Amino acid sequence: MADVAIERNAAPRTARKRASLRTALKRKSTAAFLMTLPLILLISLLVIYPAFYSLHLATLNKSMQRFIGLGNFQFLFKRETFWLVVEQSCIFAITAVFFKALIGFIVAHFVHNIPAKGQRKWRGMLLVPWVIPPAMSTLAWLWLFDPSYSAFNYLLAGVGVDRIPWTGETGWARFSVILVNIWFGAPFFMIMYLASLKSVPDQLYEAAAIDGANWWQRIWYVTLPMMRNIIAITTLFSVIVTFANFDIVRILTAGGPLDRTHVFATWAFRIGIEGGDIPLGASVSLFMVPILAIAAVFILRDINKRGNES
Amino acid sequence: MTRKKLTRRQFIAATALSSAALVTAPYVRGAHAAGKLSIGFWDHWVPGANKASTDIVNEWAEKEKVEVAIDYIPSQGNKNLLTIAAEAQAKAGHDILAMPTWWPHAQAELLEPMNDVVEGLIKQNGEVNGTVQYLGKAGNKWLGVPACVGSQIKGPCSRIDLMKQHAGIDVQAMYPAGSAPKADGWTTDTFLKAAEACHKGGVPFGIGLGETSDSVDTVGAFFLAFGAEVVDAKGNVVVKNDNVRQALEYYKKLMAFLPSDAPSWDDGSNNRWLVSGRGALIMNPPSAWAVARRDAPQIAEQCWTHGFPVGPKGRFAPFLPYFWSVWSFSKNKEAAKSVLTRLSQPDAVEKMVAASGGYDLPAFEKLTTLKTWAEEGPPKGTLYHYPNPHKHQLLSISASPAPPKVAQQIYTQATLTKMCVRFYRGEPMEKTLAWAEGELEGFMRS
Repeated sequence: MADVAIERNAAPRTARKRASLRTALKRKSTAAFLMTLPLILLISLLVIYPAFYSLHLATLNKSMQRFIGLGNFQFLFKRETFWLVVEQSCIFAITAVFFKALIGFIVAHFVHNIPAKGQRKWRGMLLVPWVIPPAMSTLAWLWLFDPSYSAFNYLLAGVGVDRIPWTGETGWARFSVILVNIWFGAPFFMIMYLASLKSVPDQLYEAAAIDGANWWQRIWYVTLPMMRNIIAITTLFSVIVTFANFDIVRILTAGGPLDRTHVFATWAFRIGIEGGDIPLGASVSLFMVPILAIAAVFILRDINKRGNES
Repeated sequence: MTRKKLTRRQFIAATALSSAALVTAPYVRGAHAAGKLSIGFWDHWVPGANKASTDIVNEWAEKEKVEVAIDYIPSQGNKNLLTIAAEAQAKAGHDILAMPTWWPHAQAELLEPMNDVVEGLIKQNGEVNGTVQYLGKAGNKWLGVPACVGSQIKGPCSRIDLMKQHAGIDVQAMYPAGSAPKADGWTTDTFLKAAEACHKGGVPFGIGLGETSDSVDTVGAFFLAFGAEVVDAKGNVVVKNDNVRQALEYYKKLMAFLPSDAPSWDDGSNNRWLVSGRGALIMNPPSAWAVARRDAPQIAEQCWTHGFPVGPKGRFAPFLPYFWSVWSFSKNKEAAKSVLTRLSQPDAVEKMVAASGGYDLPAFEKLTTLKTWAEEGPPKGTLYHYPNPHKHQLLSISASPAPPKVAQQIYTQATLTKMCVRFYRGEPMEKTLAWAEGELEGFMRS
């Protein structure tokens, strides 16, 4: 009897289980999770594991045989060159992001005002710098800036202007790496801002025009508030990517002259790979993580707030 | 169904028979009976030069029944350094890996001692120079076999015509092909005067002041010529000394006669300088001349590779050796040692030197007078003095004699070049020295 009773209870439980599994699989969130699972695994393997591994490396001594906690960071904080790299990375990232955003904003307005028929052509052309692999395009820039055979200097000489040491003098070298970064990154801002501009309802401009708003007031009171979220996200993304830039500086100046164009990634490579001090290199590359993480939290929190307001 | 039962006696008899059959049977040697071996060689600049090492290794593999896989790893973009770092971290990879200059010391704990191979080769091929010992040996342990492929001296490569015309120096008479140098008058002062004359003549010496190895090697040789050590062999920071001050003063004078953009030069800039015909001298192995021979033959036939000028403390030339090292985690160390011994035999070295057009330099003293260097041209004999056949100069490396792990930092960070540029650009001497002292103290961490 007892056996029969158990059999009787087990069948509905199995059926219930099957039904709940079916329901779970039918749920949109489960399907979404399963579909993103390969990507999650890939990111875990290629991003999360290396990130934790570099954290581990940053706590080792130079020969990687001893745990020294935050010793590498304490060492770095006493190095003059490290603070030079911090300063340069900030100059590099802030200047480049500011000009990328400004140029992207202006160009997006120009493109937005082009009649729809020819707009696609312009959008495609303006995206070219962003779609060329930066290592390749920077090589072209390197030839344009070459110390002895610069194409720019050749043109300048043609109009009687003295040759410019594009990568030989501190100021010019900084200018050159920032210029190339802006050239490469501005199209990204342009396309993001263009998408955002297209989503601003025309009625708002019409209402502003009826209220007598001038060009500047339309931008200040209508366009910018409507683009706030996209500006914040784009800026955050670009700040992170620009702080982590490697290829442009590495190819153009390799951090010289006199270390005056090093950013975190290039200096970390110099110390870690070329200099054989991998833990110190890992520490340099990790230095910005907490600062950028805090910045990201603030910017994203602000976006949430605005989202809720709307 | 009947089942046959195996008795104890039958089992013993069968086992004995099988053992006897195995022992007495002839040893059948398979195609790869001696196992597998993977090699990571440096990918040569010279087209076709890799073939010589491939042929030698394949021939050896055939004879020894070893299955060999060779990868040629380029140094462009530091791919070879990345491979070394990755394999050291993973403790897996090639059995043999070509390591440049500082890397055997950087990975010393993970490398198999090669004393038995190198000591045998020294007995056979003659002594190796001091720089090879400094870079290849940690205590009594040889960290790798000095490789012929990729090893180079970065000496002066002068334009015969321009040096005669502007500086009144006959470099061929000073360094005649086939005989010992007559270069007692080739001093650092003469070099400075020649640099000034060529600068005035519009064909300045093409010496870089950047942070890449050509610039660092040249400044290092000049520092040694003045006895200017920044860190001594025991690891003490000794940068504030009069020899360093003298070297900085000298370089300041020299820099006034170099191209103004030299601080931003990389390792390709000096080559282009020579090949384009803009300068009278560069410091480089014969690769620049080889490119000129292909692209600008009229310039190549005026090039002559020779020795460094002598300074108050001697005549030093930068020597950058490669080593073939075997990881301690290699699974076929005996085969690795065997192939490295084969690659270091005189006939193999001769083949590799010939395939590289004379670029590669063996470290062993009996192998510095091969016919390739005497015969290469035009002009014939242009490479005769490249391998330092008369031991006219001391082969050295920048930042030596500091302990190699410290010297690697000095070299990589281009501290000596930066000191020169800072001082040249108007920074007071003592401030430059104080800056360098701070940097050097930072390199002492272990």
